[in-house]
Amino acid sequence: MIQINNVSKWYDKFQVLNNCSTVINKGEVVVICGPSGSGKSTLIKTVNALEDFQQGDIIVNGISLSQKGIDLPKLRSRVGMVFQNFELFPHLNISENLVLAQIKVLKRQKTEALERGLKMLNRVGLSTHKNKFPGQLSGGQQQRVAIARALCMDPIIMLFDEPTSALDPEMVGEVLDVIVSLAEEGMTMMCVTHEMGFAKKVSHRVIFMDHGAIIEDLKSADFFGNNKKISPRATEFLSKIIQH
Amino acid sequence: MNLDFSFFTSAVIKSFIFKGLIFSFQLTAVAMIGGMILGTFLALMRLSNKYYLSLPSSFYVNTLRSIPLVMVILWFYLLIPLILKRPIGAELSAFITFTFFQAAYYSEIMRAGILSVSKRQMAAGQALGLTYRQCMSYVVLPQAFRNMLPLFMTQTIILFQDTSLVYAIGAYDLLKGFEIAGRNFNRPVEMYLIAAFLYFVICFSLSKFTKLIHQKIKIIH
Amino acid sequence: MSTFFDWQIFFKDTGAGQTYLQWLLNAWAWTLLVSICAWIIALILGVSVGIIRTLQNQFIVFLGNAWAEVFRNIPLIIQIFIWYHVIPSLFITLRHVPSFILVVVALGLFTSARISEQVKAGIESLPKGQRQAAMALGFSNFQTYRYILLPLAFRIILPPLTSESMNIIKNSSVAFAVSVSELTMFALQAGEETSRNIEIFLATTCLYFVSTLFVNQLSQFLERRVKIPGTFGGDK
Repeated sequence: MIQINNVSKWYDKFQVLNNCSTVINKGEVVVICGPSGSGKSTLIKTVNALEDFQQGDIIVNGISLSQKGIDLPKLRSRVGMVFQNFELFPHLNISENLVLAQIKVLKRQKTEALERGLKMLNRVGLSTHKNKFPGQLSGGQQQRVAIARALCMDPIIMLFDEPTSALDPEMVGEVLDVIVSLAEEGMTMMCVTHEMGFAKKVSHRVIFMDHGAIIEDLKSADFFGNNKKISPRATEFLSKIIQH
Repeated sequence: MNLDFSFFTSAVIKSFIFKGLIFSFQLTAVAMIGGMILGTFLALMRLSNKYYLSLPSSFYVNTLRSIPLVMVILWFYLLIPLILKRPIGAELSAFITFTFFQAAYYSEIMRAGILSVSKRQMAAGQALGLTYRQCMSYVVLPQAFRNMLPLFMTQTIILFQDTSLVYAIGAYDLLKGFEIAGRNFNRPVEMYLIAAFLYFVICFSLSKFTKLIHQKIKIIH
Repeated sequence: MSTFFDWQIFFKDTGAGQTYLQWLLNAWAWTLLVSICAWIIALILGVSVGIIRTLQNQFIVFLGNAWAEVFRNIPLIIQIFIWYHVIPSLFITLRHVPSFILVVVALGLFTSARISEQVKAGIESLPKGQRQAAMALGFSNFQTYRYILLPLAFRIILPPLTSESMNIIKNSSVAFAVSVSELTMFALQAGEETSRNIEIFLATTCLYFVSTLFVNQLSQFLERRVKIPGTFGGDK
């Protein structure tokens, strides 16, 4: 469904992505991990063209991102994205947050959009909050709304960029639960996260990145197994993370 | 000299002051609305990464902001008839001048407002498939405007005070009304005092109102 | 082109023993003089009133607020008229004070209200802990302001002070209303005498431009000099 072929990216002379390649198949859950500054977020953002790249190509659902004049809004509307800091629109209430893109991008009728929005809101367990403003919700609730907002667009794949790293510890669980249930339904997902327990539980595959390059791209069982299939660099990272 | 306000009757207000007051309010309203619309476009141009948009905008804004308003009023009063090849009245000239002048100031506020909305909001909008224009109009600009509302109001109070500078081209505004009345009754001193008092009451109430709004906004955040 | 622009006009005699160029430069000097004098008054009064408005004594705070509200909420041109027309007729001893001084006082007080607003905001924007830390070290109220709050606040309010000092140059143009022979007055009179409005206005506008630009550069230089490393936009 998504092919990432030899993608490289530079900020001026600093290389942030180094010849990254991988394939995400339909229904697959892929976790991307690695130390901070390793390019995980940048890589995931190139998939819906929020970040550009200078070399290589990314093919999303048959559309090549390197070609000129592609309909980016149309592409992005099919790729759901959840951000580290939620990025709900603070001047709109929860319902309005959910319907805005459905009406303006997918050209849905207002009633249809609202129906769909409330269904997704119900799914993340927050239907009683539909008239509140984002600032009135907790971080965990905001993130669940953000997931619902992305789901409203009927995405073919969901991208999560450290969805729990801005949350207080007691709220991490409620957000991960929503993501787990999505995975169980067979949603295709790419998720940047440091939550290794969660990764072990839901992911089919783990990509480990360092210094902009993909170091490991292994089946989850192999990555977390004890059979020393992974590089010393990844072992060191894992041990550091699991200690805490 | 003794002050004597007894001549200041409702008849005086009706025949001299009211006309000027209406004009000052109209001028403020037109310049505010026109200035905000034009100012928003100037701000968007200035933030564009295309130099042929950002350069003219920043030239326009910086130039108007470095020249005294009185000079701008005089310039427009001189140039508009030359361009249109026919004379226009001081009042119409004032409407045009203030709109274009205020646009420069509002655009700087709007630009700061747009920059105050985090870039990630734009990214979130784009990730949902909204176009640049949609992101701006539904996500960024409403927030920018809200964040900057107190500054917009403060600027508008300054605008209302500044309308008194149409004195330079002799348009009939509130100040002019007081001046003519003062001349007619030979009571200029009293008239200036009443004028000062009236402007004070209007601007003071507006600035209290602004503070109120500022506090309301603070609570929401 | 030469029929459109006629720069020779500046070398013509005004009929008063000087050329228009000399008159222009003279007017520029008046503009700068009015601005600088008003600026000194505005700075002294504005900083004092601004500090007063952050003290604990409610009565003093009320006086400071009243000062700021009165001078902020009346248009400058009316304040100038009041100093020029109203005050001398109420206080006869002031009748022979030259209009230059009256304008300087008017512009100074008008601007002092705006500066006091920024000084107050600057002091209030400092973290509460700063004042408490100073108090905990045994500083008196005066010492707290002198050594801690004001030096910190000064750096915060420098940018808005810049725009106020540019404003004061621009606002000095309102002095034309009481016939102080500064740049705008020159533009009006010389424009009328010569019918060469465009040349006269261009020259006048340029001088305003140069003056405000100079102030802007000066304060940018100042801002760089006083940056604290690691804070308020200073280097790490």
